[in-house]
Amino acid sequence: MAGYAFLIIILATTAAYVVGRSTGTRIRATHGAKMHSLPGQHGAFVAAWVGVPALIFVLLWLVLQGTVIDRLLIASLPASMTDGANVQLLVSEIKNVTAGRIFQEPSPEIVAAAERLAHWEAIARWAMIVVVLALTVVALVVTRGMLSVRFRARNNFERILTGLMVFCSVVAIITTIGIVASLLFEASRFFGKVPVAEFLFGLNWEPQIPLREDQIAGLGAFGAIPVFTGTLLIATVAMLVATPIGLLTAIYLVEYADDRVRAAVKPILEVLAGIPTVVYGFFAVLTVAPVMRQFGGALGVDVSPNSALAAGVVMGVMVIPFISSLSDDALNAVPGALRDGSLALGATRSETMIKVLLPAALPGIMGGVLLGVSRAIGETMIVVMAAGLIATLTANPLDAVTTVTVQIVTLLVGDTEFDSPKTLAAFALGLVLFFATLTLNVLALGIVRKYREKYD
Amino acid sequence: MSETSFPQKVDWSNTVATRRRGRRHAADRRLQIIGISAIALAVALLATLIVSLTLSGYRAFVQTMITVDFPISTENVSAEDPAAGNYRAVVRDALANLFPGVTDPGEQRALGQLLTNNTQFMVRDAVVRDPSVVGGALRLTIPAADPIDQLNKGVIDRHLPEDQRRVSNRQIEWYDELKAEGRISTPFNIGLFLNADSRFPEIAGLAGAIVGSFYALLVCLVISFPVGIAAAVYLEEFAPINRWTDLIEVNINNLAAVPSIVFGLLGLAVFLNAFGLPRSAPLVGGMVLALMTLPTIIIVTRAALKAVPPSIRQAALAVGASRHQAVIHHVLPLAMPGVLTGTIIGLARALGETAPLLLIGMNAFITSPPGGLLDASTALPTQIFIWADSPERGFVARTSAGILVLLGFLIVMNGLAVFLRQRFERKW
Repeated sequence: MAGYAFLIIILATTAAYVVGRSTGTRIRATHGAKMHSLPGQHGAFVAAWVGVPALIFVLLWLVLQGTVIDRLLIASLPASMTDGANVQLLVSEIKNVTAGRIFQEPSPEIVAAAERLAHWEAIARWAMIVVVLALTVVALVVTRGMLSVRFRARNNFERILTGLMVFCSVVAIITTIGIVASLLFEASRFFGKVPVAEFLFGLNWEPQIPLREDQIAGLGAFGAIPVFTGTLLIATVAMLVATPIGLLTAIYLVEYADDRVRAAVKPILEVLAGIPTVVYGFFAVLTVAPVMRQFGGALGVDVSPNSALAAGVVMGVMVIPFISSLSDDALNAVPGALRDGSLALGATRSETMIKVLLPAALPGIMGGVLLGVSRAIGETMIVVMAAGLIATLTANPLDAVTTVTVQIVTLLVGDTEFDSPKTLAAFALGLVLFFATLTLNVLALGIVRKYREKYD
Repeated sequence: MSETSFPQKVDWSNTVATRRRGRRHAADRRLQIIGISAIALAVALLATLIVSLTLSGYRAFVQTMITVDFPISTENVSAEDPAAGNYRAVVRDALANLFPGVTDPGEQRALGQLLTNNTQFMVRDAVVRDPSVVGGALRLTIPAADPIDQLNKGVIDRHLPEDQRRVSNRQIEWYDELKAEGRISTPFNIGLFLNADSRFPEIAGLAGAIVGSFYALLVCLVISFPVGIAAAVYLEEFAPINRWTDLIEVNINNLAAVPSIVFGLLGLAVFLNAFGLPRSAPLVGGMVLALMTLPTIIIVTRAALKAVPPSIRQAALAVGASRHQAVIHHVLPLAMPGVLTGTIIGLARALGETAPLLLIGMNAFITSPPGGLLDASTALPTQIFIWADSPERGFVARTSAGILVLLGFLIVMNGLAVFLRQRFERKW
């Protein structure tokens, strides 16, 4: 039905444009050059008034319909059913019956409620179509009546356009607010069940609590310190791989390489940056981890099959292009006079690089490294596939550790109840992740910006 | 007046100076060599990645097939209702015809395991398509079961002791007989692109994932392209410079660096729980990907708009165009190649994105391609993730093959972006 609504809007908008334009053409034929706006602008004005309100209406309707019908349904149930019982379960049972998925013989009340629900849904579908049609027709008639020789169609249309553009640029803000609000809301529900101090400073992470009474599972401990240390351990390994390789690559490209080498190496780094992380994850499982295990076995060291080392090294490969391209930018932004001065004094290129360019570019490079750390902390697929699931408090990169992102995925993937601390814990972890990466990004961008101002 | 003193002429060619110069040049060369080795290491890592994926994946592009004659006897299948026939018996009879000597029930079961588990359904579908074969025989080419496929491709070593491989000695003998009769063939694995997911690696394919990814990217494009361009045009061309627009700008830059999984949490909490949209739907996946791609598109569009020289705007304004007309008629079309390039690169990134799709349930096990935006489906990267988690040996090759297909799509998209940039971009 929503598809039909959108189709109606598209057709109505097109028709409105044609109508407005032909009206404009007729006005121009009688009044000629006295007309304020062009016929096409009249058409655009009518089309905008027909299309935009109808579109907003349909989107609002689609968002609200489910909630409103649920409320109506719960209100219509007899008090004996909603008392004490799990209302959410009841509603989903009614919906299942409505959709024809009947698992056990439903009670007559539920069948009645299901019929009501089906009835209301049919009404809602048709009501939406009718209201959309009415809206477009009314808008078409009213706005077409406004067209006249002195009507400022262009100015009016441009005002609508500006409004739309302002709305579009606010979408980014809405997204951020949505992220923060949803994370805060779900996390606050989590902290209602588990104290903040226990989450932030507890040393024991065993989130597999029983969902049913008789299920055998852990008791549920939500101390996130082992998860945080695991994340930091893998990120550290990654940065130990990525920073030297990325920085040295940038140094070579800036100072030594000729254009031909640069033209060959830069696309390779871009390819590295463009490979999806799920591919890196599979690479870690397929190639890197077994190699490390064999190597460790040859040395007589026990390497876990999903060691932090394997995940960290592959993540480091993923971060190399970020470090190298940001370091490249930072080194290139150093004014040529500094380099020329150093070379003119007789310094070799390596001395110029190490004693002049690197110190001058250090803030930019630091910014790049911080952005790399933020990437590594937020990276999900590599660690989901290659790192462990059990939170151990260790600094040994040969052991298996788990990370914030791994825990978010394992806690939320699969059918889960939305009230248990287990699923809500994922949002608390997400909140920590969001603010950690946000802080790193703000810090990095701040450093880079401050540094740019110094030379520009 | 200060006295100016000239230093004595220094002899730079003495041994101390020469040695020092030698040391400094050696240090210079050392740095150069270290730099080259860093680059070589990065290139080698990339090469290892691609080579190891290709080596493990190329086998999945062909599939071992066994040609079998199925006797469609009238006692098993009636001509009136071919869909309801006893095809299990048909398959059993066909195998009995091939190997009349096998009578032991256990051995017959082992014999049946040469063919894929879905053989009876494939025969049924073929008979339903052409009911005239009832009473006669039907020659079909059926995918071999995963162990036989692996044996044929040389992944399973037949010289291993019997208890260390997944095919028995008897099965190898049968395989050799079939091979000698010319019934074994390894054509291009068209099923990889035409089949949806399956529990059995030999008939699992990417069709559902490709369609799901296509729908999700379509939704992503329809939302993020107009919204992104409108936002960028407003911020670059119309917005007054004040604290409010500054906030929007900082916000967009930060949003571009938020980890993708956080967008998945947003989609789960808002789109699924608050709005009640269905789980695993490409619509929701596309909406989440659109929010992720939006900052990228805004940033590249602003860069492209900035690259259009101000003289274009001034010329348009000077002949009486309004600011909107100047932008819509002149600036935006000139910036379009850059915008399209950025959009394609943003979409390519969205195509490879996995983590947010996992959280909204696009990693479900679904055996048919989605018919619409609200049907449950997977996407290419999540399908790769599912296969990577499957224990069957055949799925290792399928995973690598899926990755190669994904990388193929990415290469095409990025190639298109590069082509657009080189073909249409103007330098002022």
